[in-house]
Amino acid sequence: MKTLNFRVILFVFALIFGLVFSIPSLTQSDSGKKITLGLDLQGGLHMLLGIKSEVAIKSRIKSMAATIKYVFDDEEIIYDDIRILDDDSVSFEILDEDDTKKAKELLSKEIEGTVLTQDGLAFKLKMTPEEVERTKANAIKQAVDTIRNRLNEFGLAEPTVAKQGEDKILVEVPGIKTQADEQRIRELIARAAHLQLMAVDEDRVARVKTMSKNEAKSFGDVILLDVATPKKYLVKQIPILDGSMLTDAKVGFDKNNQPVINFSLNGQGAKIFGDFTAVSVGKRMAVVLDDKVYSAPNIRERIGGGRVQISGSFRIEEAHDLAIALRSGALLAPVVVMEKRSVGPSLGADSIKASSIALVLGFLLVVVFMVLYYGVAGVVADVALIANLFLILAIMSLFGATLTLPGMAGIVLTVGMAVDANVIINERIRELLHEGKSIGKSIEDGYNNAFTAILDANITTLIASVVLYVYGTGAIKGFALTMSIGILASMLTAIVGTHGIYQWLLPKIDKNRLGYWFGIKAEGKK
Amino acid sequence: MEIFKYKKSLSLMSKSRQFGILSIVLVGLSLGLILIKGFNYGIDFAGGTLVQVKYKGDAPIAQIREAIAKDKNYESATVTFFGSNEEVVIRTKSSSKALGEDVSDKMRTLLSTTGDFEVRRVDMVGAKVGSELREKGLMSMLLAIIGILIYVSFRFEWRFALASVMALMHDVTIAMGAVVLFGIEVNLDTLAALLTILGYSLNDTIIVFDRIREGIRTIKDPNLGNIIDESVTRTLSRTTLTSLTTFFVVLTLFLFGGEIIRGFSFTLLVGVIVGTYSSIFVASPILMWLKFSVSGFREKEALKVKREKEKEKMRAMYENGTI
Repeated sequence: MKTLNFRVILFVFALIFGLVFSIPSLTQSDSGKKITLGLDLQGGLHMLLGIKSEVAIKSRIKSMAATIKYVFDDEEIIYDDIRILDDDSVSFEILDEDDTKKAKELLSKEIEGTVLTQDGLAFKLKMTPEEVERTKANAIKQAVDTIRNRLNEFGLAEPTVAKQGEDKILVEVPGIKTQADEQRIRELIARAAHLQLMAVDEDRVARVKTMSKNEAKSFGDVILLDVATPKKYLVKQIPILDGSMLTDAKVGFDKNNQPVINFSLNGQGAKIFGDFTAVSVGKRMAVVLDDKVYSAPNIRERIGGGRVQISGSFRIEEAHDLAIALRSGALLAPVVVMEKRSVGPSLGADSIKASSIALVLGFLLVVVFMVLYYGVAGVVADVALIANLFLILAIMSLFGATLTLPGMAGIVLTVGMAVDANVIINERIRELLHEGKSIGKSIEDGYNNAFTAILDANITTLIASVVLYVYGTGAIKGFALTMSIGILASMLTAIVGTHGIYQWLLPKIDKNRLGYWFGIKAEGKK
Repeated sequence: MEIFKYKKSLSLMSKSRQFGILSIVLVGLSLGLILIKGFNYGIDFAGGTLVQVKYKGDAPIAQIREAIAKDKNYESATVTFFGSNEEVVIRTKSSSKALGEDVSDKMRTLLSTTGDFEVRRVDMVGAKVGSELREKGLMSMLLAIIGILIYVSFRFEWRFALASVMALMHDVTIAMGAVVLFGIEVNLDTLAALLTILGYSLNDTIIVFDRIREGIRTIKDPNLGNIIDESVTRTLSRTTLTSLTTFFVVLTLFLFGGEIIRGFSFTLLVGVIVGTYSSIFVASPILMWLKFSVSGFREKEALKVKREKEKEKMRAMYENGTI
C-alpha cells in the first residue's frame, strides 16, 4: 500500500491554499487580497436611491429652449414667444418666413432626438420617445457618476456607488463615525447643485409680490425665492446659462472674510456670459442655485473672462461641500431614498464579538463531540472541518467577498452541517465493521455507499442557497455566499480529504482497537 | 461511543397514523395562527424606520416615549428594550424620501433631552421597496421549492420529490407558526432562516430517501413498509447526530450571537427540531400514502440497467467494427 495517495496530497494542498490565502484576512494586513467586512460589521451607510427621472426630462427641455434662443440670436433669425409647454415641448414663432428653412436646418443640426412640427409660422419641438428613454437612462448614469465623484472628492474611504437594476442606485459608504457626519454626507449626495444664471425681468419685477405662478408663466417668467430672506424675484424662465458650462469651483473669501464660491466658465460659457452682460448693463442677473436666488447683482459693464462668484451666508463646511457638488456637476434629476441602513462602528464591533463567540463555541462543541463519539475518526473529521473553515476564508479573500453578520451566521451553520458528511461516512463504516468486513473494505465501501446521499443532500442545499443569493439583498446575499462556498468546500475536505487520510492511516489501524479508531466495540471476526 | 445500536428495525410505519395526526394538528395550528394572528412584519417588508439607541447607563424608556410622542408624526411609534437595559429600539411606520433631514435625524433631535446616547443603527425602508422585498421573498421561496422538486424527481422519482416537498412545507409551516406564536418580527433574515430550513430539512430527508432507494435494491422484502422501517432505523443515528451538531451551533448562535440575529437563530432552532422530526416520521409515510410501488420501481430500474447494457453492447459491437 502506498503511504501517500492523491487524495491526501490534494487535501494537504487545499489546506495550505486555505492557510496561505486566509492569512491576509485573519491578520488584517495591508497587502494581499482580503475579505471586506460588510457595513453591518464595520459600520457605515447603505442606501438605495431612486431618481425622479421626469425632472431630468423637464430640464432637458429647458436646455433645448436655451439652445434655440442662443442659436437664433447668433444667426440673427428673428423669433418670438419661445415657451416651454406642459406636455414637455417647446413652442416658438419665426417672424420672417424666409428664415424658416435656415431655422429648421440649424435646429436639426444643433438639437438631436427631436421632432419639429410646423403650423404656419408657429413651431413646436418635441422629444422622440427614444430620446425620452435615453434621457432617463442618461440621468441615472449621470447620477451614479456624479454621486461617485462627490463622495470621492469628500475624501471618504472606498465608497461604492453602482447602478442597481434599471432605475436604482446603490450607495455604500463605510467608516462613518457619527450620525451628524452621516447627515452631512447625505446632504452632499442629495444636493442637486443645479446652477443657473438668470436674467431678472426688470419690466415686471415690481409686481412680483402680487403675481401668481401662472401669470408669471404667461410672461415666460418664473418666481424664485431668495435663499435667506423671504424676498421674491421674477426672472426669465430660460436661463442665460447653467452649471454644465462650469469648469471649476473653489471656496474663497470676500472682503468681509465671508466664505464665497468662485467658479469659472468654459469658453462657450464665457462668451455667452460676456455677450449677455454687454447688452444688459443696468439690469440685474440672478445667481440661482437649486431654484434659490443666492444673489442678484447689478450689471455695471460687460464681464469677460467667465469668472463668477456666489456669495451667501455660508458656513465654511457648507461652502466646501457646495464647491464639491458644483465641481462634480449637477444631478440631472433629484434623488430620493428608497432604503437606508446605517450602522454605527460600535454596534458593528459588538456584532463581530458576539458572532465570533458563537462561532468559536459552536466549533468547539462540535469538535469535542466528534472526538468523544468517534475517536480517531472524529479527529479526522475535525481536521477536515478546520481545513473547511480556512478554505471558506481563503476563497472569500480571493474573490474579495464581503463578510456580513448573516454571513458569519452562515459560517457557524456550515460548521454544523459540514461534519454531516463525516457523520454519514463514519456511520456507514461502523455499519460495515459491525457486519464483520475488513477495515480496508469497510472504509472503501463506506465511502462508496455514503457518496450519493451526501451529493444529493448537498446539491439540494446548494439549490436553496443559490436562490437565496440571486433573490436576496444586501446582507442576506452574504449568508447565501458563505453557505454555498462552505458546502462546496466541504465536498473537497469532508469527502476527498478524509478518505485520503484514512487510506494513508490504513496500515496503522489496529483491528483490535476499533474503540480507539472508530469509537465502537470491536466485533470483528477477522 | 455508540448510542444507537439496533439489532432489529424499529416499527415506525405501524405508528405512522399517530405521527400523521400529530403533524396534521401542528400544521393546522400553525396555519390557524398565521391566518388569524398574522405575521408581525418588520420594517424590511412593511416599510418604516427603526432606530437603535444606546444610552450610557439605563435607558429612560418612559422619558423616551414622552419625548417622541411630542411630535404628532410619531405618535404611533413604539419603544422597546433591545437586548439590555441600556439599549432601546424605536420603530415607526413612517419613512422619509428626502436625503437631507430624515426620520432618524428628527429622532435624534427629539431625544436630545433624554440623556447621553449614541444612535447605533438606523434602518429605513420605503413602502415601495418593502413590498418589492416581500414579493422577491415569496418568489425565492417558490423558486427554491420548484428547483428542489425538479432535482429530486430527476435523481429519485416523482413520488419521492412530492413527499420531500410535502415534508418541507410541513417544516416551514410549523416554523412559521412558531414565529407567529412568539411574535418574532419577520424580516429579511427570518426569510433567510426559513430558506435555510428548506435546505436543511431536505438534506435530512434526502439522506433517509437515499437509504430507502438503496433498500429497494438490496432488501429482498417487497413490502415498502418494512423497507422504510429498516432504512429509517439505519439512518437514525446519523439523522440524530447531525441534527445534534447543527442544534449545538444554532443554540450557541441563539444564546451568544447577539440580539440582531436572534430572530434568525430562533427560527433556525425551531426548524432544526421540526426538520429532524419530519425526516424520520413524516416524509417516509407520505411515500407510502402516495402508493409508491416497490415492484414498479424495480422493474423500471431493471429496464434502465438493461438499456444501459444494450447500449454498451452496441458500443462494443461498433468498436469491433461489427456494425
